[in-house]
Amino acid sequence: MARSRYKGINQLSGTDRVVVGAMVLVPTAIVVWLVWLPAVASVLLSFTNWDGIGPVSSAKVIGLKNYKDVVEIYPPFWPAIQHNLIWLVVMFLVATPIGMLLAVLIDRGVAGSRFYQTSLFLPVVLSLALIGFIWQLIYSKDQGVLNAVTGGSTDWYGDPSVNLWAALVAASWRQVGYIMLLYLAGLKGVDPSLREAARVDGANERTTFFKIVFPVLRPINIIVLVVTVIESLRAFDLVWVINKGRNGLELISTLVTSNIVGEASRIGFGSALATFMLLISSVFIVIYLRIVMREPS
Amino acid sequence: MSVTARRARPSTEGLTKSREGGPRYGNRWGMPLFLTAVSLLWLGPIALALLNSFRDYAFTAKHGYVSWGGFTLTNYKDAWTQGDFGRHFFNSALITVPAVLLTLFFSCCIAFVVARFSFKFNLALLGLFTAANLLPPQALLIPVYRMFRAIQVPFWVSDSGTLLNSFWGLILVNVAFQTGFCAFVLSNYMKTIPRELYESAVVDGAGVLRQFFTLTLPLCRPPLAALATLEVTWIYNEFFWATVLLQSGDKFPVTSSINNLRGEFFTNNNLVAAGSVMIALPTLVIFFVLQKQFVSGLTLGATKG
Repeated sequence: MARSRYKGINQLSGTDRVVVGAMVLVPTAIVVWLVWLPAVASVLLSFTNWDGIGPVSSAKVIGLKNYKDVVEIYPPFWPAIQHNLIWLVVMFLVATPIGMLLAVLIDRGVAGSRFYQTSLFLPVVLSLALIGFIWQLIYSKDQGVLNAVTGGSTDWYGDPSVNLWAALVAASWRQVGYIMLLYLAGLKGVDPSLREAARVDGANERTTFFKIVFPVLRPINIIVLVVTVIESLRAFDLVWVINKGRNGLELISTLVTSNIVGEASRIGFGSALATFMLLISSVFIVIYLRIVMREPS
Repeated sequence: MSVTARRARPSTEGLTKSREGGPRYGNRWGMPLFLTAVSLLWLGPIALALLNSFRDYAFTAKHGYVSWGGFTLTNYKDAWTQGDFGRHFFNSALITVPAVLLTLFFSCCIAFVVARFSFKFNLALLGLFTAANLLPPQALLIPVYRMFRAIQVPFWVSDSGTLLNSFWGLILVNVAFQTGFCAFVLSNYMKTIPRELYESAVVDGAGVLRQFFTLTLPLCRPPLAALATLEVTWIYNEFFWATVLLQSGDKFPVTSSINNLRGEFFTNNNLVAAGSVMIALPTLVIFFVLQKQFVSGLTLGATKG
């Protein structure tokens, strides 16, 4: 019955049609033009040998040669892959559990939870570029706090054997607060009667969390997983302000950028790297969309 | 039965804890001490930057950072001049304000159509925008960069004559990336607006445009406030596109101009600290004044579903 009644408000006059059309088409045109078209173009360019000097029509299709070159004769490629993976693992196995633990502790309703939350969340409002600069005060070779306290003389941002880890500490500093916030929101949504029931059944705090609360948090867990993967893949600002992603800090994102903005503009080559990023991210984007767009039943 | 109890009171919690939990849980003081320690550790880098931004370089160079004294305001004065902060803050405003307004307006349009009507393409449309928000921007750099370099624009749009090196190019890219997140959050919110309100609006003879402006938008003030807070912070903090699309340094927003404070051969870290504090200040003020908005915007987007 309700359906037939609603039909009335879905009826559109001529003007309404134009208005609705514009509301959809203008934003869509912008996002297709500046996001989707470039995404497709990146994939297509990766199969060509375009040098970026002549017109695009002068480019020849050379199949998978760019990919072959990237994998076989481009020295920073494998280090970059390795660094991206390390980045992901650290975010996932260090920053995420710490953020989750802090969320659980704060969620128990300790006094001063507002102070803890604010302090932990504060780094999240800073840009990663700025974080790179702030941590320079800690990492700098001659004046840094870390060397002053330990009496060492390591150039934490410069030494290729440690600079990735230095960057990861700074990145985790920000990530922990973000993860904590996501889990705090998730924990607030957990039905209290579930914990109550577990308590009545004699389950202790830890069992209750892992057996009852954690499974209920599944959507948040998946979102955190996806956000972590995508953020690890997009990691850029921090290493770019440190040394433009060289000398121990190579990441796929910085390789793409260096290949385009630098003197040597190797379009097809950079596009192959870009396609690689698109491929990985699209898997996780699909997972994400399936979670968040599920109609509430 | 206390099945509906919101949460166990601290007193009973303490009791159960000491019986079942590990030693840390048993201690009444352990938890607050632990959390306080972690919080202070987290505030450390910011406190360090703040403290040393007010200290004389010669003093800290002699006594090290783990010392006390040498307070001065010159770092701020020097950083402001050397980093040309006046210009770069102005650039940031020129980029952030239009980008946030356009993002919110376009997201409202998309969210309204998706929430108000039941077109077949609704889900695909929302997916198109949300997925765009998650793509790695570096992967799109080549085509966007080449396209912007090739597109000629009149000089009143950009003095560079192309979209590359122009504020409008950067604004549009930011809008394209951010609209997805906002449209998603807003559509979820708009779906909770009762259909009856639209029915009576239609009965009153209101067209779609009037429904949008006089009914939907006023009701969406809470999520719009939250999203505006978030987007101002994000676009102000945006670094990648600004760095690669604005090539002349004097156009950089303040976040990308940060490198100006680094000397070629030698970096005065106290000066850098003062610059960092100034750059962080707008986002910190937004965060402290609008913390509720900030947090609710972030959790709205992430936990829905």
